[in-house]
Amino acid sequence: MAMQLEQSPTTGDEVITNYTINFGPQHPAAHGVLRMVMELDGEIIERIDPHVGLLHRGTEKLIEHKTYLQALPYFDRLDYCSPLAMEHSYVLAIEKLLNLEVPIRGQYLRVLFAELTRICNHMLNMGSHVMDVGAMTPNLWLFEVREDCLNFFERASGARMHAAWYRPGGVHQDVPQKLLDDIGEWIDARLLPLFEDAMSLVVDNRIFKQRNVDIALVSKEDAIRWGFSGPMIRAAGIPWDLRKSQPYDVYDRMEFDIPVGTRSDCYDRFMVRVEEVRQSARIMKQCLRDMPSGPVCSDDRKVTPPKRAEMKQSMESLIHHFKLYTEGFHVPAGEVYVATESPKGEFGVYLVADGTNKPYRCKIRPTAFSHLQAMDFMCKGHMLPDATAILGAIDVVFGECDR
Amino acid sequence: MTVLHSAPRFASSEGVLDALTSALGQNVLAAREEYGEIVITVARDSIVETLRMLRDEHDYQQLMEIAGVDYPARAERFEVVYMLLSLTKNHRIIVKLSAAEETPVPTVTDLWPVAGWLEREVFDMYGVLFAGNPDLRRILTDYGFEGHPFRKDFPLTGYVELRYSEEDKRVVYEPVQLAQDLRSFDFLSPWEGADYVLPGDEKAAQAPPPPPVAQAKTTDKPAQTGGGAPADAVAAKPVAPSTAGGSANPGQGQPVPQPTATPEPGAPKPTEDRPARKPRARKAGKEGGTGPAPEGS
Repeated sequence: MAMQLEQSPTTGDEVITNYTINFGPQHPAAHGVLRMVMELDGEIIERIDPHVGLLHRGTEKLIEHKTYLQALPYFDRLDYCSPLAMEHSYVLAIEKLLNLEVPIRGQYLRVLFAELTRICNHMLNMGSHVMDVGAMTPNLWLFEVREDCLNFFERASGARMHAAWYRPGGVHQDVPQKLLDDIGEWIDARLLPLFEDAMSLVVDNRIFKQRNVDIALVSKEDAIRWGFSGPMIRAAGIPWDLRKSQPYDVYDRMEFDIPVGTRSDCYDRFMVRVEEVRQSARIMKQCLRDMPSGPVCSDDRKVTPPKRAEMKQSMESLIHHFKLYTEGFHVPAGEVYVATESPKGEFGVYLVADGTNKPYRCKIRPTAFSHLQAMDFMCKGHMLPDATAILGAIDVVFGECDR
Repeated sequence: MTVLHSAPRFASSEGVLDALTSALGQNVLAAREEYGEIVITVARDSIVETLRMLRDEHDYQQLMEIAGVDYPARAERFEVVYMLLSLTKNHRIIVKLSAAEETPVPTVTDLWPVAGWLEREVFDMYGVLFAGNPDLRRILTDYGFEGHPFRKDFPLTGYVELRYSEEDKRVVYEPVQLAQDLRSFDFLSPWEGADYVLPGDEKAAQAPPPPPVAQAKTTDKPAQTGGGAPADAVAAKPVAPSTAGGSANPGQGQPVPQPTATPEPGAPKPTEDRPARKPRARKAGKEGGTGPAPEGS
């Protein structure tokens, strides 16, 4: 598009054209490998064409070649900032096809760690969002909290990030009581003080508000048309949270509030996440208070393998152990779409089973796809530096977007 | 069937299937409710009309996802699956249609702008064409990629690999070369559900039926058996002397022990009986001695 600027005494009849720049794919504010082709008029963004797929690994195709259990760790590698939330949708989809009951302690543990994952994810996102618009300190403080979360994951599953701890039928192993006690103590003694300290630097900060308030306004209608979910749709003023409206596991026993935004700008998106952290802490406390003792995984031996000690003693267990770790379990033919509230929004798994031990098709619904697609209309008319704030408020991770 | 699982519980689907099929009329090719999901198959050309009706009259405001599925055995091999969500009724349905490589699907970008990228992804992965999509470029694969990787006949390893070439100072594409063959394990039990012939069973699988005979063959006399004359009488003799008591198998018995002049060496005396030694002290509380079985899982 060419536009005629006002006559300049020096340039004569020269025509000033818009110019196009590449944002990324190697840019610290791109939150991974995102390439955005931006058409700028001076410093005003006219058009954005995000190029995604630089991290495409063909996860869905790989899953088609693995048994149901072998496919589970791929989900950790989708959104590597909130691995357990990704597994949650997948195991629930399998359980829905199998109609498999999960022991109540297993459900509590899954909810507890899903909320810990949410805190862990929001710490990273809020820290990097704040850093994208110029602040340094809160990010460092929030990483302290994140580090604690990762330590808890390690104590539960043995891995800091790629936990692979959820299983169809429950969770892999029970956690020691000491870990639950430590989490309960950590929430009050460390998480909330550190978090509120960091937020006190940000939420009323003049520079932070200048960079975020009234940036990328999205109406309710647009939020629905563009398929928004999670904090993005809540910031638009729609109180929609799958944990509340379509509860899974024991979320229906939890008491928590859904924060909504009033202006639907980047600042609201940030503040929705701030409140979600507090609500997550509230849910975790309820989990710790109400968690019963008992088994953590279904004892349906056609789906969940026996424990190793049992396998050493009983012939029947040995057979089940062997069959479940080689052939795997069979899932009856059918198709389900199961979506959970991941920290970034609705994370769905469309699972088509053909009755064998491998999924016929496993379509993953990433949260970032619809949000990133809306970058173009959200950024239009804003300044170039606002693009990083908008991107930070979307909370995009490319492991999940590109799959 | 009672619901035992703890997957997301949305509003009851009772009566929804009948209401939707009657409202959508002849556009519905098939409709079913399975595993708590309502799946409606519609005619390909009526997808825009159907989804518009579902959005405007039945409150399915959000299009959450479009998925492609490949069934190579079918005449129209692809399925395009639309996941709809109603924020007000708190309900989900699945609408799908079938398409072939050369039959374009009408785009729904006019209804939901989010469909733009979702359709691009299905096009990229499966090669389904969407008529009317204003920007039907590839989205997830590489610039200049050829083929549609999620089709079932596309190999898992792909066709090309790329590396940075130090000589050319750029990234070069080469045909895929694996240092080790792709290992694809088939753990399906051959006794249930496997639809292939096991190695070595090729003949058994296709054994022809015996040809019909006019007259059944009988062996009334020894000459008809084809067995020949009886063997030599010497062959019936035992080759080794049979042991006392007689063996059922001549030649298989143990040799008879012969008495000798030297006596057999006896076993040594028990060491505990040696008077010069003190008897061993018994340690208390050391019964058993095997440790607990290693725990773990």
